[in-house]
Amino acid sequence: MSTPAANAAAPERAETGPSGEPLLRVEDLRVEFHTEDGVVHAVDGITYQVHRGRTLGIVGESGSGKTVASMTTLGLTRSENAHISGRLLFEGKDLATASEDELRRVRGNDIAMIFQDPLSSLHPFFKVGNQMIEAVRTHREVSKKEARAHAVELLGLVGIPDPERRVDQYPHEFSGGMRQRVMIAMALSNEPKLLIADEPTTALDVTVQAQILALLERLQRELEMAIVIITHDLGVVAEMADDIAVMYAGRIVETAPARVMFAGPQHPYAWGLLKSIPSLGGTRKESLVPIPGMPPSLINRPSGCHFHPRCPYALPDHARIDPALQPTPGAPEHHVACLLEAEVRRRLWRELSEGRTPQEARAAAGLPPERP
Amino acid sequence: MTSYIIRRVLWGVLLLVVVLALLFVLFRILPTADPAKLRAGRLQSPKIIAEIRADLGLNKSLPAQFWLYLKGILFHFNLGYSYYSNAPVKELIFDRLPATLSLVLGGAVVWLVGGLTVGIISARRAGTILDRATMGSALVLVSAPEYWLGLLMLFFFAQDIGKWHIFPGAGSYVPITSDPTKWFTSLIMPWLVVAAGTAAIYARLIRGSLLETMGEDYIRTARAKGLSERRVVLRHGMRSAVTPIVTVLGIDIAVLIGSSVLVETVFLIPGIGRLNYVAITHSDYPIVEGTVLFASMVVIIANILVDIAYAFLDPRVRYS
Repeated sequence: MSTPAANAAAPERAETGPSGEPLLRVEDLRVEFHTEDGVVHAVDGITYQVHRGRTLGIVGESGSGKTVASMTTLGLTRSENAHISGRLLFEGKDLATASEDELRRVRGNDIAMIFQDPLSSLHPFFKVGNQMIEAVRTHREVSKKEARAHAVELLGLVGIPDPERRVDQYPHEFSGGMRQRVMIAMALSNEPKLLIADEPTTALDVTVQAQILALLERLQRELEMAIVIITHDLGVVAEMADDIAVMYAGRIVETAPARVMFAGPQHPYAWGLLKSIPSLGGTRKESLVPIPGMPPSLINRPSGCHFHPRCPYALPDHARIDPALQPTPGAPEHHVACLLEAEVRRRLWRELSEGRTPQEARAAAGLPPERP
Repeated sequence: MTSYIIRRVLWGVLLLVVVLALLFVLFRILPTADPAKLRAGRLQSPKIIAEIRADLGLNKSLPAQFWLYLKGILFHFNLGYSYYSNAPVKELIFDRLPATLSLVLGGAVVWLVGGLTVGIISARRAGTILDRATMGSALVLVSAPEYWLGLLMLFFFAQDIGKWHIFPGAGSYVPITSDPTKWFTSLIMPWLVVAAGTAAIYARLIRGSLLETMGEDYIRTARAKGLSERRVVLRHGMRSAVTPIVTVLGIDIAVLIGSSVLVETVFLIPGIGRLNYVAITHSDYPIVEGTVLFASMVVIIANILVDIAYAFLDPRVRYS
């Protein structure tokens, strides 16, 4: 599966841009759930693309709709009270309108998914090998013996020692990190073109996190698959993603190639995410600035810009006007949905990067003081 | 595992002795007729009664009687002799066992098939009218007393006294060895009655268990693999959902073997329940003690078997 040629052909990250038709194009996707409490606007008109062999990082807090968005790609959110609209073009076919049978043939085959909690994502009563064999035999006409040999090979590929013996063990005999490796191996069974990884490292401890991310990167190079990685951890996307989409309250509020995003984030929410993680390189004086408040309810969303109640730079108008995702001046690949002037945003970010508090930055950028 | 089983068996034996002691005391404290007087029948002179008393060992002290009884059971598995017919209790029980087993095991098949089917359908259609209707009728069935259901069945469907002469009525039971067809038809109504309440409980149990399982992360994984919904439910969902059912199934069957008194009485099936019932009305202690001991033994053995079965059903459980 791994050939030197494939390695050599792998594009140097962030040097070559996307080319040709995207593998997955999501257009104006909306997912609403009708519940007893009201309509939950889980995903509210998002658009993004994933290109072959590249990685898109979707970042946001819990409840920002990032998981629902990707589960919807596989039709896993379909239910009587879910209302889904928009287009999910995968290799030109719209998965949003595909029949359950068509979707089933895509799931675990062309698009595979791994989940947040490896401890509960494997069936506790079936042997690891049998679960993997099932994954292959669902989509391919192969004998059990061949499928088992393939499972052993995959377990070896994801770095599980002694796969010949491990394949006959139950999930509870594996550690958390090893179980996530099993999940990855199972997802790779049918050599998917797209792997959706939903918080793949969140439940793991830090050293194991790094191993899993390195593994995903290696496999991506070897198998040339596209990855959508969903996370709240900017460290993870910094390491893996070619492109980044930041989600807030069911919408994408900022999107850009990774290097552009980290060079100059534009949305106050992205600043908040960046300033609330500690960096090893930074001085100890540099204080962490958490984002105040809680993610909003997706049933009764704030008026205007959904982020305005938590935004330290909000102006009175922002409670009325709903910002659209627009390209930033001078950077056509960089889109942001923010009502502040581009110049003001640049100034604010400069102040923040120099270690000032949001209040100081606000004053320095010439914005009127926040009303209490 | 082996040492676990040995430990469980020893505990089981101890438990049996305790059950026996309780039973022994209970039936001698309760105000019942004097068995010696009952046995004497019309020839009730004090002398005859005293003789019978001595004969049955009733003039010995309670501890001495208990010891004699216990000794017989532990060393010879001798459950004593009926005060009335002098027949060995052990043989009486084994004679009656096939009828009770026919009733209980057949009933278990009916309630398992019925309960699982209804439970799965209800869980898959949770919240719909169908779900509410089946769960509502399940509640009614659970609440309906067996003897009442039994009498209703006889009233409507028995060939002799029923409104519609469909099934053989009370007293039609024959052993499977003498006429399998007649055995089967005669048990249809008793099976339905035995199964009704339990099937309803199992339907509710499976519905809850399956609904819970279907929300698990590994079900999402199974769907993400591209499995058909049928396979997701019947293989991945049910594999977890039936585990608790197996536990109660073992106990339910065991309990019924010892306590199918009502149904056996209504349909006049010569089983252990009826044997016990008749013995109680006659103060025939050895039979009462024998049947209750037998029932307790079945329950204790079933418990041990269920625990062992659990280790095979759930690979995470390993006894040490």
